[in-house]
Amino acid sequence: MAYSEKVIEHYENPRNVGSFDKDDPSVGTGLVGAPACGDVMKLQLKISDAGIIEDAKFKTFGCGSAIASSSLATEWVKGMTIDQAMDIKNTQIVEELNLPPVKIHCSVLAEDAIKGAIADYKAKRAAKREAQAETKSETAKAAV
Amino acid sequence: MTLKLPIYMDNHATTQVDPRVVEAMLPYFTEVFGNAASRSHSFGWTAEKGVELARDQVGALIGASGKEIVWTSGATESDNLAIKGAAEFNKDRGKHIITVQTEHKAVLDTCKRLEKEGFDVTYLPVEQDGRVNPATLRAAMTDKTILVSIMLANNEIGSVNPIEELGAVVKERGALFHVDAVQGVGKIPFDVNAARVDLASLSAHKMYGPKGIGALYVRRKPRVRITAQIDGGGHERGMRSGTLNVPSIVGFGKAAELCGAEMVSEGKRLLALRERLREGIQSQVTDTFVNGSMEHRLPGNLNISFAYVEGEAMLMGLKDVAVSSGSACTSASLEPSYVLRAVGVEEEMAHTSIRFGLGRFNTDEEVDYVTKLVVGKVNKLRELSPLYEMAQQGIDLKSIQWAAH
Repeated sequence: MAYSEKVIEHYENPRNVGSFDKDDPSVGTGLVGAPACGDVMKLQLKISDAGIIEDAKFKTFGCGSAIASSSLATEWVKGMTIDQAMDIKNTQIVEELNLPPVKIHCSVLAEDAIKGAIADYKAKRAAKREAQAETKSETAKAAV
Repeated sequence: MTLKLPIYMDNHATTQVDPRVVEAMLPYFTEVFGNAASRSHSFGWTAEKGVELARDQVGALIGASGKEIVWTSGATESDNLAIKGAAEFNKDRGKHIITVQTEHKAVLDTCKRLEKEGFDVTYLPVEQDGRVNPATLRAAMTDKTILVSIMLANNEIGSVNPIEELGAVVKERGALFHVDAVQGVGKIPFDVNAARVDLASLSAHKMYGPKGIGALYVRRKPRVRITAQIDGGGHERGMRSGTLNVPSIVGFGKAAELCGAEMVSEGKRLLALRERLREGIQSQVTDTFVNGSMEHRLPGNLNISFAYVEGEAMLMGLKDVAVSSGSACTSASLEPSYVLRAVGVEEEMAHTSIRFGLGRFNTDEEVDYVTKLVVGKVNKLRELSPLYEMAQQGIDLKSIQWAAH
């Protein structure tokens, strides 16, 4: 199969490879795909309190198109708000990388990975707020 | 010696035509261009002479007489002719056919068609080393079994079947024995009498001959009869009509002669080359697994899985090297190799397999270059692999609930 130049470029020089501490409260982690299917993507976003994606990192087990899709996704989301990142569609990735039909699932995975990372971040924030609220009410009770 | 890129290491797919074969063929395009079936002039006679020499050359390679060779367009046609032809001719004796899960598609799909036409087909499993256990075959045979089709050597994992033992089992019940010998012939010894073979498919382009020419060995003593699948002028003792492709037949003959003459020395050389490649890779990369048998294996075959690295991504990294992968991504079906699945390789490992097929024109220098490249690419892709990272952290990948897609 012939790859588009952009896929080859991302494959040879993948952007933002690496990992953040997944226990960091400002980090959201999306892990999608399955080894048995031949694709696993891990995409991590570092998000500020104002909801801006400050940094992104990925690791991907998969073909060149899967690597390129996740590399491109990390490049795109940096500097976006959470809402903007949620709006990224797999079809935009397909278009940018000229993915053939048989590789469209790679772009779907990348979209899912972004959404997964944001969902993980939101869940962490919600858990933190709950914990804070509990501490506060306990403090309040103690004060009474 | 300077390396020439790209490097070809996909000799199970096809081989380069040996220059000596090309040389033998050339006169048959221009000077000796006659129709081998023309009986009334010297153009036909000289063409026929070339064809008959080639028949003997191909026959000699498998312990057969030239009279038992039927020319075809290639192994796919040979498999179709053997299986459909034998099934059709013998259908009144029984309708049971036995083949194996790891056969080539030319055999499997032919059997599937026969199933639709009312034949009953058993697809035997293989052992973990990719070979058919004769006891498994014996247990599957019945009085209704008319044909057993088993390959000599596998095209993906190179495992070589105990073909003589299997032939003996087939004959216990008096069924016909067809062997798809494409990947083994010319590389390892194969004798139709020792293995009690009735029908054997051969292909020139897997043994340094031209593409588009193959042969079907059809036993004469005792006479094996098959129903022709192509109607026409009654060429090839009525089994395969069509004007003979004389230059290619001559080339096939020459290729067979060379393979026979050089088999022992070339086999040793290829085995040494294969082991150089395997040791070079396995001494420098952790978590690699050779698929198939190490003991009963074609000398030029290395099929190896690199855990945590997807096969197509590897192929992309090895861009100056022609190899192939059992990964789903390299096939249109998005299913990983059915051969690897049949030998019990788990899906995630099937996705990480690379097949190296070494051949007559590969050198030590090429093997060393490829080894270095493979080691570098595996390391690079593992740095990129979340699975490798998790494995390094001691996470059991099987403990994770993956969302299949």
